[in-house]
Amino acid sequence: MKRRTFLTAAGLAGLAGTGACSSGIKRSESTGSTGTLKLGYVTPQTGALAPFGEADTYVVGAVKEWFAKNPLRVGGQDLTVEVLVKDAQSDSKRAGTVASDLILSDKVDLMLVSSTPDITNPVADQCEANGVPCISTVAPWQPWFLGRGGAVGGKSFTWTYHFFWGLEDVEAVYQDMWAAAGAGKKAGGLFPNDPDGNAWGDPKTGFPPAVATNGYSIVDPGRFAVGTQDYSAQIARFKQGGADILLGVVVPPDFTNFWKQAAQQGYRPRIATIAKALLFPSTIEALGDLGQNLGTEVWWSPTHPFTSSLTGQTAAQLAEAFTASTKKQWTQPIGFVHALFEVAAKAVATAGSTDRQAVANALKSLKLDTVVGSLDWTAGPVPNVAKTPLVGGQWRKGTTYPYDLVVVSNPLKTAVPVAGQVQPL
Amino acid sequence: MTWVNAVVQGILLGGLYALFATGLSLMFGVMRIVNLAHGDLSVLAAFLAFALIDALPLNAFATLVLVVPAMAALGWLLQRFVLQRSLGAGQLAPLLVTFGLSVVLQNVLLEVFSPDSRALDIGGLGTAGLRLSGSVSVGWFGVLCLGIAIAVLVGLQLFLARTAFGRAMRATSDDQETVQLMGIDHRRVYATATAIAFATLAVAGVLFGMRTTFDPSIGPARLIFAFEAVIIGGLGSLWGTLAGGVVLGVAQTVGAQISPAYSILAGHLVFLAVLVLRPQGILRPAAAR
Repeated sequence: MKRRTFLTAAGLAGLAGTGACSSGIKRSESTGSTGTLKLGYVTPQTGALAPFGEADTYVVGAVKEWFAKNPLRVGGQDLTVEVLVKDAQSDSKRAGTVASDLILSDKVDLMLVSSTPDITNPVADQCEANGVPCISTVAPWQPWFLGRGGAVGGKSFTWTYHFFWGLEDVEAVYQDMWAAAGAGKKAGGLFPNDPDGNAWGDPKTGFPPAVATNGYSIVDPGRFAVGTQDYSAQIARFKQGGADILLGVVVPPDFTNFWKQAAQQGYRPRIATIAKALLFPSTIEALGDLGQNLGTEVWWSPTHPFTSSLTGQTAAQLAEAFTASTKKQWTQPIGFVHALFEVAAKAVATAGSTDRQAVANALKSLKLDTVVGSLDWTAGPVPNVAKTPLVGGQWRKGTTYPYDLVVVSNPLKTAVPVAGQVQPL
Repeated sequence: MTWVNAVVQGILLGGLYALFATGLSLMFGVMRIVNLAHGDLSVLAAFLAFALIDALPLNAFATLVLVVPAMAALGWLLQRFVLQRSLGAGQLAPLLVTFGLSVVLQNVLLEVFSPDSRALDIGGLGTAGLRLSGSVSVGWFGVLCLGIAIAVLVGLQLFLARTAFGRAMRATSDDQETVQLMGIDHRRVYATATAIAFATLAVAGVLFGMRTTFDPSIGPARLIFAFEAVIIGGLGSLWGTLAGGVVLGVAQTVGAQISPAYSILAGHLVFLAVLVLRPQGILRPAAAR
């Protein structure tokens, strides 16, 4: 970089900074890196949430390669894109610490974060406090927005922006699947004593009131501790209560334990819709024949009719590239991790510079067609949030892999094609 | 009848807990080492079995023939060349070594096997059982686990009581210095005890892997159950460990019957009650040691 362009850019950044008084000095310091765009990315690569981070290595690598060949053209100059990946180790405290390192030591221009509220929330809080724009995903919007002190029609955020679906979507999709399976009106609720289980099972704001409007009631034996080894108590109550539907948000080992014991003790609902445990193909494979037709929500699949705004790849091509490189079956986070970088590139391009304030302003009203669907931050249920479409799927025996996730229900987004009908278990 | 079912399921689950806790009990009993990597080592055994099934046309149970000796050998080497060196450096050193081992194991497993959840496929056996009535059902796999646990514990008890090496092991546990004066190499005794502990741990790890899914980070969550079974039954007592496992299993299932929220909690409460009222464990006389 020439000394003169550096000085001009630094001067411009300083000017832009004077608009917002308090952090003007800090900002002109950190955007001294004109000519490069520094992206920080916090993700769980080890620990209990590691399956979520599994797609990262490939997606980040592919995106880096793309940016190396196609520098980002912003405000008349080409920016080199640098991606700093930090492992959150599946721990909230650790996530907050690495985020603050990225902000204070590495001086990133823009923060990206994904995978569950445990990781997205502390990172977003750090960014909000330090005045760094942050894009987050793969956490339902309620725990991200309400869980951080946001209020519908009230408090919102200046620096942090999120895209994903919400509980209302999963409620609608699951009920559509229940009706299509011809199940009865009683659902057994398998809710653990963790933030997800408590939110889903909440008698005022969770599933019970939402499904009651359609005549469903929930047999809720109560919250159980994650890691419980024996589920005969739940199974007995589901049998007693005539729960024709199984509903839950549990971790893979707990669901495997439950489902095997249910088969052994003779509980067989007509349909099962389970979040979290059934996200990744390895869990279904582990169930053997018991995995057939288990249902779950689908946020992204290779059959989604969307295209990357960055690389021009379709969802199918993105999944194929992942499989070609890793020899593994596609997983849902692939599309969302990729979309994080689409949003980042677009926000910086719209802002016209890497200036933090300008990027945050661009995010506030950003509209972009990504590989996970059309994102529109002006049309969200609350400010700071853009919703992505959600559909429902069932795991069926496949040809290339032991099980394939087949889209069977699309009441919210008919543009996503269904590949089969809902089948009872 | 649901209460009867809860107790039955608790006893069957207790068998697996007891088997899992045996190695922890043995290592503490003989060497006074609290092995914090116990849970992760059981996960390692399950991953070894998983890799074998992947590579060879082996039945999940047949993998035990290879996994158990491999883990026993690992235990022998670990004790002889790592833990033995830390034994002289105070009580804290072996504890820290096993803690470090736990962290290393989790990360190595993650690197080698990826974070995916895995399970060892045993086909229909996992769900087959005997329906005694509408609500009471005995799963064959649970019965098998309990049977293996009892067989291992009886075998180990006989080994300790009847063989010369077993006597040497008990003697070393009682007074290591005097045993050395009698011409017994305590390091050999220690290494063999660890090998046996790892062998039982390997069986438990593989059975856990058949029961439900495992991933590289699940070990520490399991360790707590082994600890509780050992404490409830009494440290260093093998029959106590069996009783402790069963008491823990029944406490969890009966607690869950009251309310699912009390399942794990009931186990913890029994554990605390034993610590307060009978710290020597339910099966040990107060005078021992």
